[in-house]
Amino acid sequence: MNSIIKTEKLEFSYFGADDSEPKVVLQGLDLEVEKGTFVAILGHNGSGKSTPAKHFNSILLPLGGKVFVCGRDTSDEDLILEIRRRVGMVFQNPDNQIVATVVEEDVAFAPENLGYPSDEIRRRVDEALKVVGMYAFREHAPHLLSGGQKQRVAIAGVLAMEPECVVFDEPTAMLDPRGRESVVEVIRNLRDDLGVTVVLITHHMDEAIFADRIVVMSDGAIIMDGTPREVFVNETILRQAGLDVPETTALIHELRNDGFDLPLDALTVDECAQAIYNEFK
Amino acid sequence: MLKDITLGQFFPGTTIVHRLDPRIKLLLTLAYITALFLAQGVVAYALMFVVVLTCLTLSKIGPKAVFRGLKPIFIIILITVVLNIFFVHGETVLLEYRFIVITREGLYNAGFMASRLIMLIVGTFLLTYTTSPIALTDGLEQMLNPLKKIKLPIHELAMMMSIALRFIPTLIEETDKIISAQRARGADFESGSLIKRAKAIIPLIIPLFISAFRRADELATAMESRCYHGGEGRTRMKVLKAQGRDFVALLLGAGLIVVIVYLR
Repeated sequence: MNSIIKTEKLEFSYFGADDSEPKVVLQGLDLEVEKGTFVAILGHNGSGKSTPAKHFNSILLPLGGKVFVCGRDTSDEDLILEIRRRVGMVFQNPDNQIVATVVEEDVAFAPENLGYPSDEIRRRVDEALKVVGMYAFREHAPHLLSGGQKQRVAIAGVLAMEPECVVFDEPTAMLDPRGRESVVEVIRNLRDDLGVTVVLITHHMDEAIFADRIVVMSDGAIIMDGTPREVFVNETILRQAGLDVPETTALIHELRNDGFDLPLDALTVDECAQAIYNEFK
Repeated sequence: MLKDITLGQFFPGTTIVHRLDPRIKLLLTLAYITALFLAQGVVAYALMFVVVLTCLTLSKIGPKAVFRGLKPIFIIILITVVLNIFFVHGETVLLEYRFIVITREGLYNAGFMASRLIMLIVGTFLLTYTTSPIALTDGLEQMLNPLKKIKLPIHELAMMMSIALRFIPTLIEETDKIISAQRARGADFESGSLIKRAKAIIPLIIPLFISAFRRADELATAMESRCYHGGEGRTRMKVLKAQGRDFVALLLGAGLIVVIVYLR
């Protein structure tokens, strides 16, 4: 398959400040992300779900094994800009990703670093801001925006590099429900409208149902890998991994336990409503 | 309570003074200060006064803002005036009462010193009132660019300055939050002796520092993810470009110095 990110037997451990035992996070992880797909990586806190993501653009380098981005080895110093330009990364806290005091200046940061001419930067900035719906705010000061708006500016800042893949590391963890909704919508549109490969690391099941593929991690290993329908059917395995199922799935499970015959693969709110309607009409 | 702090006290606007190239404005401010210190005699001072007044009118900065800017140095002006009146002794004695001697030269001196100070302050805050901090940083960086040849880290300094400016409101907001959190748990920041109040600041400073370090770490990672690799090979979206009006302004500034020197 045509993979954009590929890890081979990836190993990683965190070393403490003193000589204490290093904390082993990953022991030989094999993961491949296909071009143009939307992959969600699920796992509860400490499951090692963020660590591989930081390997995808050379922020962390593997202690064992290899990571390839578009066939390029991430441990090659000379390719580092090539790799970072292709795989953008959005982090949890929008405040700590915004560099400049004006929205458009911040979005321009990455293309400025890459040394594009100024009219090309202008074009990329305007386009990126339009994609995330923040064009009207281009001359605002970031600290006066809401959390969701700031996170969308941060996404625009990554999109201005015109990456092939964007990795989101719990992008909604610090947002209120409305901000989360707006950010999730932007993330979904990236794949659908721009054909950008999306890797979404999250512990919100309701965000993962939009993915093409879900990878569930626990203790640094993959315990499930499949489409949302395949994954959410296995409620017990998910609960063992410290995760919930989406609210829709939980409702259907409850109803099935009470003897109603409902399909387990009704994931979105609409599908779930339709399934219940069909059963009770 | 901390939100009221305005930094750089920039008033956004679209007047000709606002739109001048920040580099030109920096140069003009330098020229203005030079002229002010070269100025001698009533005519030169009157000319400087007209110049300041014209600039203020052009930039649409109201008298209110001017007085607010002068407030912090009011005491200094007062001391200068008093010292000059009573301690500069010239020939024409106007008033003599025991040890107090006021002379015409003393009064003159006091007047000149006070107007020089006032015009100095007004001239410099004209720069900060009409130029955004980010434009100032950009202007400084580009003006100091030649110093890169002697290995001065100009880009790094400018980047540090703009990140500091970016994070001031964020950290102020955070301080407010920590204050509220500590107050909710019974901390008292406002009563007691000076030492007691200074000690009360510690539970404020420590969490603030810890969070600032965490932010710095995350910001560095985010910047690296966005291909930041120092100033080398970096371009800018908005390139500063001096236009006709900038050259006219520069000529006027040079003209001012010439006239002031001629009036000496």
